[in-house]
Amino acid sequence: MALANLLTFEEISTDPIKITKKDSKLYLSFIYVAIISLFLGGLMGLLQVLVRTGEFTLPFGIGYYQILTFHGVVLALVLTTFFIIGFQFALMGKTVGISEKQRKSAWLAFWVMTIGTSLTAVTILIGKANVLYTFYAPLKAHPLFYIGLALVVVGTWIAAIVNWRQLFVWKKQNSNQNSPLLAFMVTINMIMWVIASLGVAVAVLVQFIPWSLGYAETINVLLSRTLFWYFGHPLVYFWLLPAYMAWYAIIPKIIGGKLFSDSLARLSFILFLFFSIPVGFHHQLTEPGIDPTWKFIQVVLTFMVIIPSLMTAFSMFATFEITGRKKGYLGLFSWFKNLPWHDVRFFAPFVGMLAFIPGGIGGIINASHQMNTLVHNTIWVTGHFHLTVATTVLLTFFGIAYWLIPHLTGRKLTRKIHRLGIYQTVVWAIGMTIMSGAMHIQGLLGGPRRSSYSEYGGSEQAVEWGAYQMAQAVGGTILFIGILLMVYIFIHLAFIAPEGKEEFPIAEIEDYAPITPKWMENWKLWIGITIALILFAYTIPVIDIIQNSPPGSPPFDAIIGN
Amino acid sequence: MRLHKLEKWWLILGVSALIMFLVVLGFGAFYMGTHPQSHGLTIDPNNIEANEAFQKENLGLTKVDTDHYIVNVVASAFNYDLGVDEDGNSVNHIKIPKGASVLFQVVTTDVIHGFNIAGTNVNMMVEPGYVSSMEVQMNKVGEFTLLCNEYCGVGHHMMFTTVEVYE
Ligand SMILES: [Cu+2]
Repeated sequence: MALANLLTFEEISTDPIKITKKDSKLYLSFIYVAIISLFLGGLMGLLQVLVRTGEFTLPFGIGYYQILTFHGVVLALVLTTFFIIGFQFALMGKTVGISEKQRKSAWLAFWVMTIGTSLTAVTILIGKANVLYTFYAPLKAHPLFYIGLALVVVGTWIAAIVNWRQLFVWKKQNSNQNSPLLAFMVTINMIMWVIASLGVAVAVLVQFIPWSLGYAETINVLLSRTLFWYFGHPLVYFWLLPAYMAWYAIIPKIIGGKLFSDSLARLSFILFLFFSIPVGFHHQLTEPGIDPTWKFIQVVLTFMVIIPSLMTAFSMFATFEITGRKKGYLGLFSWFKNLPWHDVRFFAPFVGMLAFIPGGIGGIINASHQMNTLVHNTIWVTGHFHLTVATTVLLTFFGIAYWLIPHLTGRKLTRKIHRLGIYQTVVWAIGMTIMSGAMHIQGLLGGPRRSSYSEYGGSEQAVEWGAYQMAQAVGGTILFIGILLMVYIFIHLAFIAPEGKEEFPIAEIEDYAPITPKWMENWKLWIGITIALILFAYTIPVIDIIQNSPPGSPPFDAIIGN
Repeated sequence: MRLHKLEKWWLILGVSALIMFLVVLGFGAFYMGTHPQSHGLTIDPNNIEANEAFQKENLGLTKVDTDHYIVNVVASAFNYDLGVDEDGNSVNHIKIPKGASVLFQVVTTDVIHGFNIAGTNVNMMVEPGYVSSMEVQMNKVGEFTLLCNEYCGVGHHMMFTTVEVYE
C-alpha cells in the first residue's frame, strides 16, 4: 500500500512544464481584458450607489439603467469569463502543455471573445441596449447586443475545445497515468460550461436575433427565460469552480502543505458537473407558467450542490490543520493561528472563503421553494451575489493574480506590493460587509433590486430604505477604493515590478492520501449522467411550456429609452 | 474510494441536515399547499379583456364576501391599473381590512413586471401571456408600497401604488 502510494506520488510529480514567453502573452491578454473590465465595471458600480442616495444625478444625460446594464455585463460576464479562460489556459499549459497549433486556436478564442465584447459594450454605451445583463424578452436591445453576446459564447467554446484537445494529447502520451488534477478540473468546468451555454446560445440564435432583426414577429417569453436560467445558474458555478481549483490545488502549496485528497477533489468536481445544470427553475420560482412540482424537483436538485461544497470546506480545513500540525503547532487552535496570514496569496482567498459562509447560507434561502417569495427580486439577492461572486470568487482571483501575473511577466511580487495587497483585501472586506450587509437588510424590508432612486411617493418604507442606500454608497465607495488599489497592483505586477521569479504553486498530494481510482476519468459516464439529469429535470416542463404557450410577444424598445 | 473517518461524519451530518430541510420544504409545499404562484393560466396579452376579470369595470378592489376580496390589476410600463373611482379618477390607493383574505390577479399588456407588496408575502412575476395570482391574508396593519421589482424600462422605479391594511 505504502509502496503503491509512493509510486503514484512519483508519477504525478513529473517536472512541471515551463511557460514560454509566447504562452505568457496569450494568458496575460485574457487577464488584461479582465482588469480593464474590473475598472470600468467598478466605476459604473460606484455611480450606481451614488445615484441611489438621491443626492447625485448622472451627467450628460447618461441613464441609470444604462450604467446598470454596463456594470452587469462587464463584470458578471466579461471580467469573470476572461479571467477564468486565461487562468485555465495557464493551468493547462503548466500541467499538460500547449502546442503551437493549440496556441493559435486559443488566440482565435481570444479575438472572437474580444470582438463580441466590444460589439455588446458599444451598443450599451450608445444607449441602444438598456436591457440589463439578463436581457429579458420582450425588452428589445439592438441586434448587435445579442450578436456580440453570441460571439463571446462562441469564443469560450473554442477555448473549451482547445482545453480538451490539450488533455487528449497529453493522455495519449501518458496513457497509464491519471490526468493532472488541475487539468481534470479545467476539463470538468468547460464541459459544464459548454453544456450550460447551449441554452443561452439557442435562446440568442433561434429566438432573440431573428426577433430583434424583425425576421420573427414574436417571441416565446417563458421559453426564453427558461433557456436563460438553464444557463444562468451553472454560470455561477462556472465562476466558482476556478476558485475551487485554487483552493484545492494551489492554496495548500502556498501554506507549505499538501493536497488533502486528490480523489475527494475530483469527486466534488464530478458532483458539481452533475448538479450545476438541472436547477434553473429555482430562479423562476415566482413565475406563473411553470408547474410547481417541477419547480420543487429542481429545488431538490439545487440542494445537492451543497454536498460537494461541504466536501470542499472539509478538505480546506483538513489541509490547514494537517499543515499546521506538521509544522509543530499542536494545540487545539494554534495551527489556525499560525496560518500564513501575512501571505496575500493565502490571505485574500481565505477572506473569500469566509464570505462564502454567509453567501452559501443566503443561497440556500434564495433557492428554497417558499422562502424565495420573501426575497425574490429584492436587493437581498444583490447582496447575496456580491458576497459570493464579488467577494468569494473575486478575492480568490485577486489571490491568484498576485503570483500568476509576476510569474508570467518574469517579475517579482515586492514586499511593498505585498503589503498593499493585504490592505486591499481588508478594504474589500470592510466595503463589502457594509454594502452587502445593508443590501441584505434592505431586501428583507422589501427594497427592490435593479431600481434607480425613488421616493415611491414619499412612502414611509422608502424613507426607511433610504438609510440603507446611504450605507450602500459608503460601502460601494470603499469598494471602489479597493478597485483602484487592485488596478494599481495589477499594473505594477505587469509592467513596473523589478525582474525576478515567482513560483507557480501547484500542491503535491498528501503521502497517505487514498489513491485516485481510474474510474474517475470515465468522461463518457459523467457526461451521460449529466445529460440524463438535465433531461429528467427539463423535458416534461419544457414540453409543457411549449404546448401551453400563450401568443408570443412583439418587441418593445421605446420603453428602454431607445 | 476511501473517505476519512471525520469526513464521513461531517458528510453524514451535512446530508442529514439537508434531507431534513428538504422534508420541511416538501411538507410545506405538498401537505400545506404553500407553493409559490404557478397556475399556468394563459391569456392573450393583446386582448386581456377577453378575460372578465380584466375588463375595465372589474379592475381594482372588489369585495366578494365577508372578509374576502379580489384585486384585479393590469400592469404596463410604468403603471398599475386599479380601475377608476366614482369621479372617474384612476385609483392609486386601496384599503383592505385587517385579516381579510385577498386574491390578487395580475396581468401585463407589454413587458415583464414585478408585483411586490413590500414587507408582505405578496411577490410575483407578471409575464406577458400569463395570469399571475396569489391569495393571501393581510394580517399586518399599515401602509405598504406595492411596487414593480422586475426591471421594465426607464420608468421602472416610478411604477408603484399603495396598499393600506386597516384595523
Ligand atoms: Cu419594473
